[in-house]
Amino acid sequence: MAKKLHDTPNLDQLESGPWPSFVTGLKREAQKRDIMVDLLGQLETSYKTKKGYWKGGTVGVFGYGGGVIPRFTELKDENENPVFPDAAEFHTLRIMPPPGMHYDTATLRKFADIWDKYGSGLIGLHGQSGDIMLQGCSTANVQPAWEEVNAMGFDMGGAGPALRTSMSCVGQARCEMSCFDEAKALRTIINANVDDMHRPALPYKFKFKFSGCPNDCVNSIQRSDMATIGTWRDNIQVNEQYARDYMKGHGMDKLVNDVISKCPTRAITLRNKADAVSGDSVSTVAVDDQHVMQIENHDCVRCMHCLNVMPGALLPGKDKGVTILVGGKSVLKIGATMGTVVVPFMKLQSDEDFEQLNELSRNMIDFFAENALEHERTGEMIERIGLVNFLEGLDLPVDANMVNHPRANPYVRMDEWDEEVEKVNERKAAA
Amino acid sequence: MAELRAPDECGVPDAAPFMHPTLLKNYGKWVFHSHPKPGVLYHRAESGDEVWTVKFGTARQLDLYTIRLLCDLADKHADGHMRFTARSNVEFMVTSESKVDPLIKELNSHGFPVGGTANSVSMIAHTQGFLHCDIPATDASGVVKALMDELHDEFIKCEMPNRVKLSTSCCEINCGGQADIAIIMQHTKPPRINHDLVANVCERPSVVARCPVAAIRPALVNGKPSLEVDEKKCICCGACFPPCPPMQINDPENSKVAIWVGGKNSNARSKPTFHKLVAAGLPNNAPRWPEVAAVVKKILAVYKADAQPWERMNDWIERIGWPRFFEKTGLPFTKFHIDDWRGSRTTLNASTHIRF
Repeated sequence: MAKKLHDTPNLDQLESGPWPSFVTGLKREAQKRDIMVDLLGQLETSYKTKKGYWKGGTVGVFGYGGGVIPRFTELKDENENPVFPDAAEFHTLRIMPPPGMHYDTATLRKFADIWDKYGSGLIGLHGQSGDIMLQGCSTANVQPAWEEVNAMGFDMGGAGPALRTSMSCVGQARCEMSCFDEAKALRTIINANVDDMHRPALPYKFKFKFSGCPNDCVNSIQRSDMATIGTWRDNIQVNEQYARDYMKGHGMDKLVNDVISKCPTRAITLRNKADAVSGDSVSTVAVDDQHVMQIENHDCVRCMHCLNVMPGALLPGKDKGVTILVGGKSVLKIGATMGTVVVPFMKLQSDEDFEQLNELSRNMIDFFAENALEHERTGEMIERIGLVNFLEGLDLPVDANMVNHPRANPYVRMDEWDEEVEKVNERKAAA
Repeated sequence: MAELRAPDECGVPDAAPFMHPTLLKNYGKWVFHSHPKPGVLYHRAESGDEVWTVKFGTARQLDLYTIRLLCDLADKHADGHMRFTARSNVEFMVTSESKVDPLIKELNSHGFPVGGTANSVSMIAHTQGFLHCDIPATDASGVVKALMDELHDEFIKCEMPNRVKLSTSCCEINCGGQADIAIIMQHTKPPRINHDLVANVCERPSVVARCPVAAIRPALVNGKPSLEVDEKKCICCGACFPPCPPMQINDPENSKVAIWVGGKNSNARSKPTFHKLVAAGLPNNAPRWPEVAAVVKKILAVYKADAQPWERMNDWIERIGWPRFFEKTGLPFTKFHIDDWRGSRTTLNASTHIRF
C-alpha cells in the first residue's frame, strides 16, 4: 500500500470518456507505490500551472554512455526540497524491441515483473523512435533493472548524439507488399553499429528506418537520416481472379474513379480486350470478359496506390530491392527536410547484398561523423555542402532519379564538363 | 557496492521467437489482404494459411495491470502473441474467423476500442509532454486522451475517404511528426531570460549557434556574462531552450496551439508532403483542450464530406485548392500563412491557376 493520493481534479477529468485513460492506469500503480503517487502530484501541478518540471542530468548504466533519459524534478519548495520527493527522480530506460514489435506474453510479463520490482509500473509502448520505454525509475534502481532486462536478451536503445533505435514495418511477417526482409536489414545495420549507439560520439542523432514498400508505414522518409524503402524494377504482377473479384465487388465506376484516374503518372489504361497492346513493359489483367486493365511499367513510379486499392490483384514485381533516401529530419534547425534519393535501386536478397547495405550504412555514419557540424543532422549537412559533395564523399554515382528536375540556373562552374561526361560514359559502358 | 555487470551488447533481438507462429511460418510469403470490417484485417499466405488481425487502441503509457491484462487476453484468444504498431495500437492475430467476434467482444468489455484500420482516424502519434519531457509547453497523453474521446467514433468506424493520421507535439520541435492533422504548440513570445543562471548552466557559444535566425548574442547583463535576444529577429521557436533552460520559452498564456494539415509520408498517389499551417492562436486549455478539438473536428467533417474515396487530406486539398479549404472550413487565411522561411518562393503561386 502506498501513501494517500494527492488531489488531482484536472487529471480526474481525463478518466471519463470512451478512450482508455492513462490517468486511470497511473492511479492503479499509485495504489502500490509512492513514486506514482508523487508523479501524479507533479503532473497535476503541471496541468494547473501549464509548466513542465523536469530537468535532465547524467544517469547511465555501467559500460554505456547513453540510453537512459534522466529526469529530476525542478518543482521545489522555498527550502529547495522537492514538493513531490518520491518522484524526484523519474528516469526512463530506452530498450530496443524486436523488429516489427512482436511479443510473446511471457516476454511482456517479464518486463512487467521487472518494472514492478524496480520502476514506477509505467511502460510506454512505444516511443516515437520505437523504444520500449521503461518510465519512472530512481537513480539507484537503474542499474539493477537494466541488468535484468539485459539478461532477457534485450539491449538499450539510443539517446543523445548517437545512433538511435530503429524501426521497421510489419513487412514480411504479414504483408504482401513487402519487397525485402526489413527485420534482417534492421538487425544487420543496427547490430553492426551498436558502439555508436551506446557510446554517443556523433555530431548529433542518426536514425535508420526500414519500410518494406513505398507506403512507408514507419515514415522513414520524413523521420530517418537513412531510409531504406522496398521497391521493384520489373513489371507489376497481376492476378486475374482477384482482379475480377474486385470488379465484381466494386464495379466499373470504382475501377475508373478510384484506381485508374488516381494513377499519378497516368500509367494505367482501360481497354477493350481486342484493343489490348502488348509489350515487355506492360502488365495486363482482365477485369471482366470484355475489359483489360493495362499498366505501362516504364511510366509507373511504384507509388503503391493501385496495389493498395486492388490488393492481391496487383502485386509488386519479382525483381525486388530497395531505394535509399538520405536526410529526413524534423524542424530543428533549418526546417523539416525530406529524405532524398541517393541510391535509386539496389538488390537486397543475398548475404552479399546485405553486406553491401551494411557497408553503405557504415560509410554514411562515418561521413556524417567527419563532416557534420555539432548538432547538425545529415539533411542539414547536405543542404550546407550540396548533394554532389555528399555523393562524392560516399562514392555514389549521380543519377537523374535523384532530382525533380535538372538545375534551373547557370550559377555553376562547369570547366570539368568533358571529364564528367567521360565518367558517365565509362559507367554506362561498364554496366 | 555490488560488482557492476558489464552489459551484454546484444543489439536488437531476432523477432522470430516472439512472432505469432502463423506469421513466422509464412514469413515473406503473403499474397492477399482485405478489410472485412473496422478493426479487422485479413491476410492470406501462399500456403493458404489465413490470419485475422484485430487492432485496438491503448493509452500507450501502460500500467502493469493493463500489460498483464493484454497478456491474459492474448493467451486466451491469440496464441499468446501480439504486436504493436508505430501508432501504439495493439494487434492480436487469430487463425480462424470464428475467433474474431468473441475477441472483439472481450476487448470492448475491457474498454479497448477496436478500430484504427484502413480509412479510419487512427491513434494519435504523440510524445511525452508534462509526464516526462524536459521542455514541454503542454501535455501529450492528456491531449491525446481528450481528442481520442472526441474522435472515438471515427476510430472504430472507418468512414473517412482514406486513412487519417494525427499527431501532437508539445513544442515546435514536432517530435509527434508529420500528419494529416498535426497539433503543435507554437510559442508567441521570445524567451524570458534568467540572467543569474545563464553563465553557470549554459554553454553560451552552442546556444548562440542553435538559433535559426541568429538572434542570440553573448552579453554582459548586470555585470554577469549572459545572453541576450534580439526580440525583433526572434521567431519564438524555442530552439535555445533545450540547451539553455534559463531561456524560458514556455508560457502558460502565450504558448498557443497551432494546427497543420496535409502531411503524408506514404508515396501513394502524390509524393510525400509536409503538413501546412492552417490555424493558430488556440489556447493551451488543459485538461480537455476543447478549442483544439473543435477545429480538428471541423476539418475532419469537411474532409469527410468533400473528399473523394482514397484521397488523403493532401490529395483532397490539392484537388480543391487552398482557398477553398479555408472557405469550406471557415478558418481565416492570414499573413502568417504565407511562408517567408528559406525556399519559400517556391510555395508561392507563380501562375494564373486560380479556381473561381
